[in-house]
Amino acid sequence: MLLNQYLFLAAILFAIGVYGALARKNGVMVLMSIELILNAVNINLIAFAAYWGAKTAGTPAECAPNVECAATAGPVFALFIIAVAAAEVGVGLAIVLMLYRNKRDINIDDMDLMKG
Amino acid sequence: MNEWYYLLDKVWLFPAIMAGSFLIILFFGKRFSERITSSIGILAVLACFVMSLVVAGQWIQRVNHPPTGAESAAAQEACGVKPETEHAAEGEAKAGGETKAGGGTEGETKTTEPAAEHKVITTTPRLVPAVGEGENAAGLQEGETPTTVAEGTSTEGTKAESTTESTKTESTTEGTKTESTTEGGEHAAAEGEHESVVPVCKSVTWFTIGENKYEAGMLLDGLSAMMLFTVSLISLLVHVYSKEYLHEDRRFTHYYAFLSLFTASMLFYVLGTNTLQMLVGWELVGVCSFALIGHWWEEKNNTDAALKAFLTNRVGDVGLILGVIITFFAAGGTSFNVFHINEYALQASAGQKALLFLGVLCLMGGVTSKSGQFPLHTWLPDAMAGPTPVSALIHAATMVVAGVYLIARMYGAFFAGMDIGSGLTIGIGGSHFFINWVALAGGITTLVGGTLAFVQHDLKKVLAYSTISQLGYMVMGLGVGAWTGATFHLFTHAMFKACLFLGAGSVSHACHHTFDMREMGGLKKYMPTTYRTFVVGGLALAGIPLMAGFWSKDEIMSGAFNNGYYPMFIMGAITACMTAAYTARAIQLTFHGEYRGHAHPHESPKVITIPLVILATMAVLLVFANIPNFTHAEPVPSWALRFEHFVQPTFAFPPVGPASAGDLPEVPFTGWLAVASFAAAVGFYLLGKKVVKDRINAGATEKNPVLRGGYQLLVNKYYLDRLYTDGIAGSMKGSIARAMYWINNKIIDGVVNAAGVSARAVGGFVYKFIDQGVVDTIVNSTGHASEGSGQYLRRVQSGKVQQYASLLFGSVLVLAICFVLIIR
Repeated sequence: MLLNQYLFLAAILFAIGVYGALARKNGVMVLMSIELILNAVNINLIAFAAYWGAKTAGTPAECAPNVECAATAGPVFALFIIAVAAAEVGVGLAIVLMLYRNKRDINIDDMDLMKG
Repeated sequence: MNEWYYLLDKVWLFPAIMAGSFLIILFFGKRFSERITSSIGILAVLACFVMSLVVAGQWIQRVNHPPTGAESAAAQEACGVKPETEHAAEGEAKAGGETKAGGGTEGETKTTEPAAEHKVITTTPRLVPAVGEGENAAGLQEGETPTTVAEGTSTEGTKAESTTESTKTESTTEGTKTESTTEGGEHAAAEGEHESVVPVCKSVTWFTIGENKYEAGMLLDGLSAMMLFTVSLISLLVHVYSKEYLHEDRRFTHYYAFLSLFTASMLFYVLGTNTLQMLVGWELVGVCSFALIGHWWEEKNNTDAALKAFLTNRVGDVGLILGVIITFFAAGGTSFNVFHINEYALQASAGQKALLFLGVLCLMGGVTSKSGQFPLHTWLPDAMAGPTPVSALIHAATMVVAGVYLIARMYGAFFAGMDIGSGLTIGIGGSHFFINWVALAGGITTLVGGTLAFVQHDLKKVLAYSTISQLGYMVMGLGVGAWTGATFHLFTHAMFKACLFLGAGSVSHACHHTFDMREMGGLKKYMPTTYRTFVVGGLALAGIPLMAGFWSKDEIMSGAFNNGYYPMFIMGAITACMTAAYTARAIQLTFHGEYRGHAHPHESPKVITIPLVILATMAVLLVFANIPNFTHAEPVPSWALRFEHFVQPTFAFPPVGPASAGDLPEVPFTGWLAVASFAAAVGFYLLGKKVVKDRINAGATEKNPVLRGGYQLLVNKYYLDRLYTDGIAGSMKGSIARAMYWINNKIIDGVVNAAGVSARAVGGFVYKFIDQGVVDTIVNSTGHASEGSGQYLRRVQSGKVQQYASLLFGSVLVLAICFVLIIR
């Protein structure tokens, strides 16, 4: 199994997400970039889970203490992250929406009310 | 314990009741009327009086039916003396037989009249210690020269053992022969007698130091029962009397409160089991005395008198405290219990005796001040500034005998420490006589007081000096070994002197509050009751036969003579004559002749006269309390020496026996002495009366320079007051003041100034270098550092989310790189 390709893809997605989150000025775009980051992580989790599950399928004794974890923890975590991402986007979009209503603008650079 | 004795171990109720009365009057008295206030005090003291009658009756029961065996041993243990088991067993058998022989005499304690319990008629033979011929012979064999008690114990013990064996068989035929003949040896004899009547002691642990437990408690024996009776009777009469005497007084409430407190403390004092407790009671009565002398403190004389009494007593109290400490250590340093100290003292070796002597000498200091002994007696006449009932209660009948009581209570220690039994022998040309400090102090005091009483114009001061003289008598009596005589004199003196004082108060009440006899005279027809009671009291004081004072005084004289204290006998005899004469003078000046004052005298109301009548009755009735055994009958008949039988302790008490070596002789009745005493008293009484009546002495001091000098000496009270105030205090205060001034100027001021200067210098240094230099720098630089870093860090917080996020990612990146580099 080619683990590297998945990890490479995830790394590229993560890098794009980080760039988007840091560089874009549009609030919606920032949220979308964060989604990219989270999905990169999801890919990693699934990839590792599949990798370890395939490797230890014939010999469950090798990873005896947490054989179930290796097989199922990755997908479970991925699902968990999807749920969290959905919630996060919900909250984030709500904030952006409120900002737009108040300021008629969603440029993140303008939102520096917490400046010290 | 027999159920009959149910009150004997609850004597703590006495001071408790009076203390309760004190607290009630003190806290609520202001809200009550005079009538209620006085009623509270009178009821409390009446309860005490009734209880004291019961206690006296029960004590008589106990003497008649003494506890035996284990009961007796337990009682001894409670009193702080380890019982000796073999003696206890022996005593059980003897005492058991004794009781049966005596026959069941149910104590006739129907005390309808105050003196009744002293007249209880019993058929029990008297417990005469070792009167057998064998014992006598043993004593004679030992030789006539006095030896110490301790020596007698060791040598005679074995010898007497054999001789008394034969006596035992003889004595059985006589049937009534008493115990202790079998025990052999005088100490053993005394031990044997211990079994007969052990005091009732009840203690609780007061405090513990190391392994020694110090106890506080109450003890009851004949002596304290007698004191309970005396104190509560006179206190009761004084409470009643004061109701009229202090009627509408400004501080009526305080007066009654202090009267109650005084009674409580005095009862506490006489019931104390150990010297520490007695010290507490002693100081408490001193405080009450101070407060009551200064009752009318608006006049400076009264406050001066109160202060003088208090300060003079402090001088003696230093001695008392030292004495308590020294006797504690002299008795092994484990207990303050008086019986323990007495027991220890009686067995003391020669080395211990030196310490014991020092201890009792210090205690004697306390006695000297409290009981008005020469040379610290000067406060007592001045104390007459207080209200007259107070003088009667405190300065005549009860408080001033505290010192006498102390000696009587710790007689074992005084007996051994002062060598009363063997005496300090002084030989003059072949003959020799004894002398010791206690007897000497008492003898001098009795003379000093007696002489000073002649020149007083103030009726109360005559009585005050007479009190000093009589207290000297008591101390002298104890000093010469006449224990019973002295305590009996204490008892009778309390009655007739209280009667005289209250009589004087009655006179003053009638004559515009004066005590000056020059403004009296002829009061006989105005106040007949006061006159009669005063005369009865005066005759008792003068020692006229058929009055109580005669027997008690005679017993002291007889003791002094028979024990070989001849100087004391002479002093006592001179004083007895003087007493009769000055009493006659006082009565003559006050009641006879023509009235010289300007008031309109009248008889006092019944509240005042009834206590007088009761006390006068007591002064006569007490004759029957201790009639001497003038038939010399053996055993002592049941009508004679009752007081001695019931009051004289038989426990931790010096051996009293026949006049053998080192022993204190039983005081026998000496017929010629009684007759001489009778003649002297009557003679001098009549002489004094005649001299005053016919003014024979008029102008004598002007004509005769010797008499004038003597008169001056007496009027100035032997210059003692002047010696104290000018001589001692005056000379001391100048030099002390100068020395103190020098010390103040040079040393204290120097120290203070140096301290100030150095403090200033140190302060300057600290301010300059430490405060400004170090502390401030630290504080300032902390502030600067925070402010500066804040200025820099402030910029990071731009409010831009993406900047934060890039910082976050950047730092995660850095951490990840670190992680990879380091962990790998």
